[in-house]
Amino acid sequence: MITFAGVTKRYPDGTVAVDHLDLEIPAGRITVLVGPSGCGKTTTLRMINRMVEPTEGTVTVDGRDVRGVDPATLRRGIGYVIQQAGLFPHRTIVDNIATVPYLLGWDKKKARARAYELMERVGLDPALARRYPAQLSGGQQQRVGVARALAADPPIMLMDEPFSAVDPIVRAGLQEEFLRLQRDLEKTIVFVTHDIDEAVKLGHRIAVFQVGGVLAQYATPDELLARPADDFVTDFLGGERGIRRLRFFKELDAEESAGAADGGGAAARAGSDGSESDRAGDAAAEGDGRTAAAER
Amino acid sequence: MSAPSAAAADGEPLIRWDWIGRNLDGVIAEAFREHLVLSFTPVLLGLLIALPLGLACARWSRLYPVVLAATSVLYAVPAIGLFVIFVAFTRLTYATVIVPLALYTLSVLVPAVVDGLRSVPGHVRQAAEAMGYRPLRRLLRVELPLALPVVMAGLRVATVANISLVSVGALIGIGGLGQLMVTGMKWPGGGFATPIIVAIVLIILLALAADLLLLLVQRLLTPWERAGRGRRGRAAAREAAAPGRAAAGEGGAA
Repeated sequence: MITFAGVTKRYPDGTVAVDHLDLEIPAGRITVLVGPSGCGKTTTLRMINRMVEPTEGTVTVDGRDVRGVDPATLRRGIGYVIQQAGLFPHRTIVDNIATVPYLLGWDKKKARARAYELMERVGLDPALARRYPAQLSGGQQQRVGVARALAADPPIMLMDEPFSAVDPIVRAGLQEEFLRLQRDLEKTIVFVTHDIDEAVKLGHRIAVFQVGGVLAQYATPDELLARPADDFVTDFLGGERGIRRLRFFKELDAEESAGAADGGGAAARAGSDGSESDRAGDAAAEGDGRTAAAER
Repeated sequence: MSAPSAAAADGEPLIRWDWIGRNLDGVIAEAFREHLVLSFTPVLLGLLIALPLGLACARWSRLYPVVLAATSVLYAVPAIGLFVIFVAFTRLTYATVIVPLALYTLSVLVPAVVDGLRSVPGHVRQAAEAMGYRPLRRLLRVELPLALPVVMAGLRVATVANISLVSVGALIGIGGLGQLMVTGMKWPGGGFATPIIVAIVLIILLALAADLLLLLVQRLLTPWERAGRGRRGRAAAREAAAPGRAAAGEGGAA
């Protein structure tokens, strides 16, 4: 579990990037930080691996204050996927993926074997191993970025808009595979995006930030769509909230739809839009017979 | 230089091959050897100074304009003036020429190092930090290798410029092939073109060879540079020819 307690980041010029943040990020789940640019979501992410140091407050990982850990050591234990992949242009794909194992002093053979294993895992043809990043497509580069972050099997992964630089079709595919991967791995994932659709699709919990680094709402996707905390969140979710919610229900898998059905019921009780919640209920029922039975 | 025309007026051929033949192993070889030493030592020395200086300038950006101004002013001082000043410190030795020439290379090499380091993409630097690189290792394993193409381009310019500049040393008696030019100009009876032409041709050949050599070294050291250009099309074609593999590469996404 990652905990932010009273965390503020203020820059020397007076800009406040993050303002008195209290946040608990559960282990083994995907938590999405979402908000417009300048809302401090990336700053928040980077305070976890000490790329940014808080001005006030503490960040703890499993109860340990991160400031007590040497930054390089801390970072080698936390996977990081950066926007545009951030691959090393001068290293082959296999060596890019083996970066952290090399830093941890694994022998070359073991590190490379691990890299090949991960290439397979993220759906990369092993024939690409000896290529350089510039020879790969954007989607392939992002896969390499994810593989590199996973190389030393860190319990925590930080992902900063990892899929935003690729076209929508490739992005959808990457998201699907990422979810499939996470079902096996159960990492503690903190995922930054500005795209609310992506947040709803991927997040178990979503933290919506507003400009100035203020946490506007922290909730499950369903709660967020059903009961936005304030006007800012409502605006940010946009006019298509009902449609998004429907889509959200359709995408739920068996395990998660039990909780979602609850949310559907709550929306029905709220009764602001009867037809919408009906359709939402249908979608949930379609998704899983067990849930439908529970609702009856 | 009026020497060649004066020689031609005497009815002499422009090049006296017999003179070249007689002096190839003697004066010419000696001048060429000296030129080699005076060409490459200053560039090497300059690189050794430019690397830490450039690193410091890239790190503390306020330092850079100061260093840039200093190296430019130094570059503006005529070579012969610097040589004469250095005679006072070094007497008449190779160092008299080598040290000023090394200082000249800084005006090219320091910006090359700074620009090279600045050419490292921000997201790559951040990724290195996020992976857990400590600063020194990040510099040596990520930033300097990526700065290499720009640094090597500067090194080529500095080397070629320096090969030509060495000749000026002949004015104080240490000038490699420049010495042959002085010999030709001061030849009794209005000058002698052959040594001058020999010097010019050898200097040009040396400059071309050095440039080519550095280009080859650069290619060997930065294989990823060429990989980035053009090969992507070929890779795509190969994948198209083997659809199963292409699918494995891009998954169901594409």
